[in-house]
Amino acid sequence: MTQFQYNITDPNGLHARPAGLLVKEAQKFSSTVTLTRGEKSADLKRLFAVMGLGVKCGETVKVAVEGPDETEAAKTLEKFFQENF
Amino acid sequence: MTVLQGEGVSRGVASGRLRFLRRDAQAQPRREVADPEAEVARFDKARGEAVVQLAKLYVETKARLGEEKSLLFQIHQMMLEDLDYRDSVTGMIRDEHVNAEYAVDQTAAQFSEMFAQMDDDYMKERAADVLDVSRRVIRLLTGREDEELGGSEPCIIAADDLAPSETARLDRSKVLGFITARGSSNSHTAIFARTMGIPAVVGLGDSLLEEFDGKDVFVDGGSGQVYVDPDARTAAELENRRDKETAHRRYLDTFRGREAVTPTGHKILVCANIGAPTDLEAVLGADADGIGLFRSEFLYLGRDNYPPEEDQYQAYRQVLEAMDGRMVVIRTLDIGADKQADYFQLPKEENPAMGLRAIRICLTRPEVFRTQLRALYRASAHGKLGIMFPMITSVSEVLRVKEMCAQVRAELKAEGVPFDEKVELGIMIETPAAAVISDLLAREVDFFSIGTNDLTQYTLAVDRQNAQVESFCDRHHEALLRLIRTTVENAHAAGIWAGICGELAADTTLTDFFMELGVDELSMTPGAILETKAKILDR
Repeated sequence: MTQFQYNITDPNGLHARPAGLLVKEAQKFSSTVTLTRGEKSADLKRLFAVMGLGVKCGETVKVAVEGPDETEAAKTLEKFFQENF
Repeated sequence: MTVLQGEGVSRGVASGRLRFLRRDAQAQPRREVADPEAEVARFDKARGEAVVQLAKLYVETKARLGEEKSLLFQIHQMMLEDLDYRDSVTGMIRDEHVNAEYAVDQTAAQFSEMFAQMDDDYMKERAADVLDVSRRVIRLLTGREDEELGGSEPCIIAADDLAPSETARLDRSKVLGFITARGSSNSHTAIFARTMGIPAVVGLGDSLLEEFDGKDVFVDGGSGQVYVDPDARTAAELENRRDKETAHRRYLDTFRGREAVTPTGHKILVCANIGAPTDLEAVLGADADGIGLFRSEFLYLGRDNYPPEEDQYQAYRQVLEAMDGRMVVIRTLDIGADKQADYFQLPKEENPAMGLRAIRICLTRPEVFRTQLRALYRASAHGKLGIMFPMITSVSEVLRVKEMCAQVRAELKAEGVPFDEKVELGIMIETPAAAVISDLLAREVDFFSIGTNDLTQYTLAVDRQNAQVESFCDRHHEALLRLIRTTVENAHAAGIWAGICGELAADTTLTDFFMELGVDELSMTPGAILETKAKILDR
């Protein structure tokens, strides 16, 4: 398993459109991707689940990737977080 | 005649025939299906068609209203592609052998409820999107067309609430106004109405009846009143008011895009006061020459710890970028015991107006101030920034503030972080002390902005919060006008600019006085900008 943490600095948190693009990005990989905020987790390939976490600005989220392309997926997703949130 | 009272969310008076959008809002009846797999296929087909429709709407809306309004349709597309949403619908069809319409309806209710329960206003609004996009699928399943919005004749649209996708499709020339049973001043409908300049009243509740369909109505988006079938006398009065208001708005619109240059050739910047980046839309629609006062308190209030540098930087940057090279003056933290966040842990004070507040807090808690200054300087790389310090009473305060700014600049330089070397530093003139020694202060800063609200309270010794002394508050008191005159004259003698950012800036009975003084900038609530430009230009 490969994982990273990210501190959300976008004032709007994980709002709808970038969240949608993030989900699309995650769907490109065959690994399972899990987003965790506090005690709640969501499948990063599912938009409503991700939005349902209600991640806000200033919060730290954890992304865990597990599967054959996990290294590549974690790298791509971390970059996506940095550019969009 | 029936008069309804709601919340006026977009100013203006409109009259016309009411058209009630009878939306397919009623619950979908549950039917048993013999072949669930065929039903799943039916759903998949409708869902696919909806995605195609949305892709088309995205392109069309982008061309007509711009990227921002069109993003909605992209979000809708993503929602329909969501696995949970699809699994919920198909799971229900397979497990319960029910019709697709019913399964979509139930799923929509469940997912929108999830959003409605969230403690974030932005996410709450997404509930409307889930229902909106699900109705689209249901319409395709039932074979009904998208309802023609606005029809062929101009009319006033009434609805329970307007869906985001509906407002984006409205033809401005066919819609005179809208009224809704639900909604608030921050809801999608209200924001859209203001952007398009359509009068709107929301939150009419149960008083908005479907039987009003086809009747003549007047909508007053200022007072929030809606008149259904007005009698002849009321109609004549309302028509008169509408015509006057329309004529006045047309008159004001003739000043849009013009520079406020006085007959003697002096240019006055007419700017906006804002409290958060969400006010930007109003600023851009109001023809502001810049932002003369951006209160930074919103970043500090309503949270449980000091806002990090990065959050502040993003918010400042957003405003600077939106203003696209026009001046943005951001006022540093201005809180005190009367307006505070718990984590500041300010002791209770007998007289907070004269207590530990504004710049006094910044100077006693330099680490808090330093964070804000760093965020401001970093944001300065993205536009034309002015930093303004509130509640100044002495030259030594200004010198200390300038020293901290110099430190921050040196730090950023050492770190290789880009910022604008020419950021203007200015002060609020809101204490009599500052106005009286404005000749000395003018040598140390790049601009003055006169905060007339506090200057009035401190000069006349009249508490702004105390209604009992309101009759003693003469807003045009000679003492106040003299202090303003002294301040502007001293600014100009030292070669710096002077503006006014309190309520008096929008007082058109004083515009002549400000012009005579040679005031360089007037900053006010966005709605008053065109009125002031007209006052300056129309002679």
